[in-house]
Amino acid sequence: MDAHAAKLIGAGLATSGMIGAGVGLGVLFGNYLQAAIRNPSAAASQQTMLFLGMALTETMGLFAFVVSLIILFGAGA
Amino acid sequence: MAKAPPIEPMEQFLIHKWIPGPSFDLGGVHFDMSITNSVASMIAGAIILMAFFALTARGQIVPNRGQALAESLYNIVDRVLVTPIIGPHGRPYIPYLFTLFSVILVLNLMGVLLSFGHLFGQTWSFTVTSQLAITATLAVLTFFSIFFLGFIKHGPKFLGLFFPSGMGVIGATLMAPIEMISYFVRPITLAMRLFGNMLGGHVVMNLFGSFVVALGLMALTGGIASLAIVPSALSFGMIVALSGLELVVAVLQAFVFVALATVYLNEVVNFGHGH
Repeated sequence: MDAHAAKLIGAGLATSGMIGAGVGLGVLFGNYLQAAIRNPSAAASQQTMLFLGMALTETMGLFAFVVSLIILFGAGA
Repeated sequence: MAKAPPIEPMEQFLIHKWIPGPSFDLGGVHFDMSITNSVASMIAGAIILMAFFALTARGQIVPNRGQALAESLYNIVDRVLVTPIIGPHGRPYIPYLFTLFSVILVLNLMGVLLSFGHLFGQTWSFTVTSQLAITATLAVLTFFSIFFLGFIKHGPKFLGLFFPSGMGVIGATLMAPIEMISYFVRPITLAMRLFGNMLGGHVVMNLFGSFVVALGLMALTGGIASLAIVPSALSFGMIVALSGLELVVAVLQAFVFVALATVYLNEVVNFGHGH
């Protein structure tokens, strides 16, 4: 296997870290929706926390994305 | 038959020199003062921002549309973030947080709305916040201002932030390095979040744009290849949908950046009470 093919495969594999971010966002929004349906009057007050949690969860997926980009275009390519 | 242009999704982030300027070395670091497309976009963003607030910042009791827009932007920072999270002691920091919010918002929205593409042999769309250097500058400025503000306000006592309470002396000392790492990784995540979101969205939009052209040209060759017009049209639909998503992401990421800055600031301003 030549080095270029290994690089492409590695970049593809690196994006599998996004699985965790996907699961995490699903849990986050699912639980928010569940709680919001049970108590709709409290839902609006927790929206800031929802977006904060979303940002923190999403970062993990973005790390995988950035690592994949570094493998594809980064130094030592 | 026209040939489809090569698919190069990262090309839009390249920096081109527009007006060459002086360059010099200072302390082993090379400085280049040329006006690049990145610098030009930032200047345009600053002009748009200043013009917007010059036109809308008027103190009337019954606001017109512009003033209402400016006030609701301000209320995002004041009533949604600072007052509920920090409380009344956070008021002195609202100018910085609001500046941060409006700068990131304008630069993000410019990347989505002002996408003219190629005209006169030059790429006119450039997303400033998709450059790690820019987002890292914003993140480092924000994070270290807040960090040093802690020392200015609380003195050496502020180091207690790294020693979790209720763990005893040995436990807290063992936890201190971990707490420090998780504290100092914050500017990296702050920079990476904005950078990754803007970069990712624009790469995906550019890819679907390339599909529209490549598949459309393939359909023009006739015969069974005409069927390629269907995925081409679907890709175009995807671009429309993604543009909407990118608008949401642009506003949301500006909000999230400032929200996290507010949360970090809260630890400093309300240090010692509460947690």
